[in-house]
Amino acid sequence: MKSILKVKNLTMNFGGLRALHNLNISINKKEIAALIGPNGAGKTTFFNCITGIYKPSNGDILISPKGNNEKINGLKPNIITKKGLARTFQNIRLFTSMTALENIMVGCHCVTKAGVIGAILNNKSTKAEERLIIEKSYFILKELGLEIYVNELVTSLPYGAQKRLEIARALATEPFLLLLDEPAAGLNPQETNELDELILKIREQNDISILLIEHDMKLVMSLSDNIHVVDYGKKIGEGTPKEIRNNPAVIKAYLGEEVV
Amino acid sequence: MTIKNQIKKSFLVSLWFMFLTFPILVIQVNTVENVIKWRWLNMIGVGIGSFFLSILWRYMLEKRPEKGKQTKKYQLFFLNNILHEKKIFFPVIILLSLFVLCFPYIFSMYQTNIMISALIYVMMGLGLNIVIGLAGLLDLGYVAFFAVGAYSYALLNYHYGLIFWIALPLGGILALIFGVILGYPVLRLRGDYLAIVTLGFGEIIRLVLENWNDFSFGPSGISNIPKPCFLGIDLSLQGTTKYLFYIIVGMVALTIFVTNRLQNSRIGRAWIALKDDEIACQAMGINKGKTKLRAFGLGAMWAGMGGVIFAAKTTFINPASFTIWESVIILCTVVLGGMGSITGVVLGALLLILLPEYLRAFSEFRMIIFGAVLVLMMVFRPGGIIKNVRRIYKFDPILEKNSVKNEVNS
Amino acid sequence: MDFDFLTYLFFGGLTRGSIYALIALGYTMVYGIVELINFAHGEIYMIGAFTGLIISSVLTMLGLPILAIVVLSALTAIIYSCAYGYTMEKIAYKPLRDSNAPRLSALISAIGMSLFLQNYVLLAQTSDFLPFPNFIPDFEFWEPYAHILTSPELVILITTVIVMICLTILIKFTKIGKAMRATSQDKVMAVLMGVNINRVISITFIVGSATAAIGGILIACHIGQINFYMGFTAGIKAFVAAVLGGIGSIPGAVLGSFVLGLTESFFAGYFSSDYEDVFAFLFLVLILIFRPSGILGRAETKKV
Repeated sequence: MKSILKVKNLTMNFGGLRALHNLNISINKKEIAALIGPNGAGKTTFFNCITGIYKPSNGDILISPKGNNEKINGLKPNIITKKGLARTFQNIRLFTSMTALENIMVGCHCVTKAGVIGAILNNKSTKAEERLIIEKSYFILKELGLEIYVNELVTSLPYGAQKRLEIARALATEPFLLLLDEPAAGLNPQETNELDELILKIREQNDISILLIEHDMKLVMSLSDNIHVVDYGKKIGEGTPKEIRNNPAVIKAYLGEEVV
Repeated sequence: MTIKNQIKKSFLVSLWFMFLTFPILVIQVNTVENVIKWRWLNMIGVGIGSFFLSILWRYMLEKRPEKGKQTKKYQLFFLNNILHEKKIFFPVIILLSLFVLCFPYIFSMYQTNIMISALIYVMMGLGLNIVIGLAGLLDLGYVAFFAVGAYSYALLNYHYGLIFWIALPLGGILALIFGVILGYPVLRLRGDYLAIVTLGFGEIIRLVLENWNDFSFGPSGISNIPKPCFLGIDLSLQGTTKYLFYIIVGMVALTIFVTNRLQNSRIGRAWIALKDDEIACQAMGINKGKTKLRAFGLGAMWAGMGGVIFAAKTTFINPASFTIWESVIILCTVVLGGMGSITGVVLGALLLILLPEYLRAFSEFRMIIFGAVLVLMMVFRPGGIIKNVRRIYKFDPILEKNSVKNEVNS
Repeated sequence: MDFDFLTYLFFGGLTRGSIYALIALGYTMVYGIVELINFAHGEIYMIGAFTGLIISSVLTMLGLPILAIVVLSALTAIIYSCAYGYTMEKIAYKPLRDSNAPRLSALISAIGMSLFLQNYVLLAQTSDFLPFPNFIPDFEFWEPYAHILTSPELVILITTVIVMICLTILIKFTKIGKAMRATSQDKVMAVLMGVNINRVISITFIVGSATAAIGGILIACHIGQINFYMGFTAGIKAFVAAVLGGIGSIPGAVLGSFVLGLTESFFAGYFSSDYEDVFAFLFLVLILIFRPSGILGRAETKKV
């Protein structure tokens, strides 16, 4: 299997606090991987490091969407998104003064290029591009079953729809790796089941890899090809769902000392 | 709350305000002649006024809509639809432009002059609207770019005899360059710090203009700035006023056209995204610095061109025209009209500038009213008179196409 | 270099710094608790000075002894400033807090308040400069040192130190001080722990206004004249000082004020007093660009 993201010895310090400690993670093409661990284990910090929101203290982040290794640590978030890593956020961060469709249209920003002059003149190429953006955004909206909300302001969308809209927005940036930060948090069981199918569908239709942070073990176990477990910023286990289920270190981290 | 309670509460409020305003509103000392003037009438006025205002205040606070309420939204979309309906939109535009074109012939020169000033504010308000309303950057030094435009016309004309029509774009470009240079270091600052730094920049520019006599002729300013001439013909005073009126009308129309195009473009969406959530915006692949700089520079450009027109209109400029409070007035027009809404900003600027002109009794209270408007708008209607509404996309034809595509895919 | 001139500039700077500190405290306390740049804070200082002037003039004409005039007018000025600060918070900021408005809205509201109060005083009183009586006599015992530090300057310095000490005690050792610290760290948790946030915020505005009023009276005595616009420049400069020290931090505000006062004094003494204000603004711009967290402030880590 070809890996598209390789994280080597990633370390992140906040002052004296070491949030991540020599983390090694590798993600393969078309793989659904999960990053799990107790609260405060450093999962979101890991996301923030690879998407450029934090600058890692040490270590390397390499991407190779087309087989060529490229170092991306320390790059700005927008550059990293352009290179094909898109993410969602743990607490929803949609653009609240825009409609659902427009949110996705913003996502198309990095794959389009009309500038100020083009916008003012509204020439042929700009018009064509704008039309393309609209069509593509609507297509994604439909793919995630959100087309009924097309012209609604995002603040009036139900919670579950907002979460899906964040995924849609990330997809619009045309990533090769989608990073989902707790996509099932706050969803009811039925919505979680739908999410399960949705994530598989996204992988098939867009031909991309997905890395998710999730606490819902049922979802993680049924979806993931590979699971990475972190605790206190260190990796304590890796493997298929079955392997993880029987990994003593993982059980210890989750259930405490005495069970083992 | 019962009526008795209401009255009791309002009574207390009115007592409090009578106490509060007592030394400053009631007593007036003349320290030279050592006389004290007691103005008890003011106190009675404050008492009665605050009694009723407090009732109104509480009523309005209770009526204040909750964030993201359903009914409101549909109503707004409905309004928006009407504005986009071509049957209504076009006749309104045609009537409006006819009225504007005839304006200098219907009304006196005095009125036309007032209208020119108001339209300069409209243009600046629209420019500032790009910066504040769309990109969400609170720029309190906006007037500095206005000064750059005005001074570049005045000085270039004084030294090199540059004519208005060359100075107009040049002033805009100079202001844009200034905006980008000043904007570059400060744009990574957070919202409220950005406001203060731009305020600082604005004041620096004004103070430099005031003190650097060799360059800017100091506080005495520059006079005898020529008005624009039409194809080399010197027009009469009335003629130039009319001519200037059409120039500013044309510029306002251009500003409206450009901001309208920008607001629903890729760049405009990036601005709004930036205003809503910087981190998510970056995560969408948008270059934060570049996007902010674009807004800042474009906003500055309109201010610069406004400055050139202002200099041509008044034929005299000095640093006193470019204080921070001028920026605040422009901010006020944007806030009153509705941040991000073009119609709103135009209305807001016309209202705020024309009303004090026509209601002479009020002109003394102009600034205090502006202050009150800023506070009241923020408290009761942060979206302004006309709230910015997002564009509606209709999907019937595309929908069919997409669904076909979808079927083929799966 | 002339040593006397140097010490003269030094103490001049200290005096200036003290005044800035008295105003900057209000800025920094309010910012620490509600994260709002209270743009109208300078206006409170101006209102303090005006109330002091009005009351003292009335009392002088009534023929009261000088000591009584000083004490009474200072007290009234402080009380009125506090009242204005309190009312301002209730009108312009609390409704915004209740509706969870973005920070920029609060800043715009603050600017509006500032414009309103300035013009309120302008309309109700005058746009001219008013002479302010000098309350502070030249002390005889201080005569030998008066050439480097005048008596009014001495009083200003001593008052500032006393105010600082009182404030430190208030924040470190009283119950309300503890509530203030809790609120500034985490509003939600403070509420859950039973802190009445609205009360804490009101008290913060009142305390800040009181120190501003003290500053207003002292500077008015020192300079000898006031007008409606005095609050704006002083307010901005105090804000520069607060930011320089690290906004939100009380020792920072004091430190920043002294640094700003001293550098300004030396700049004006050795270079040019025309560009004194330009210098202060430039200082502000440079600090915010290169070290927005100030000397004593902590850099924020954004949480995603």
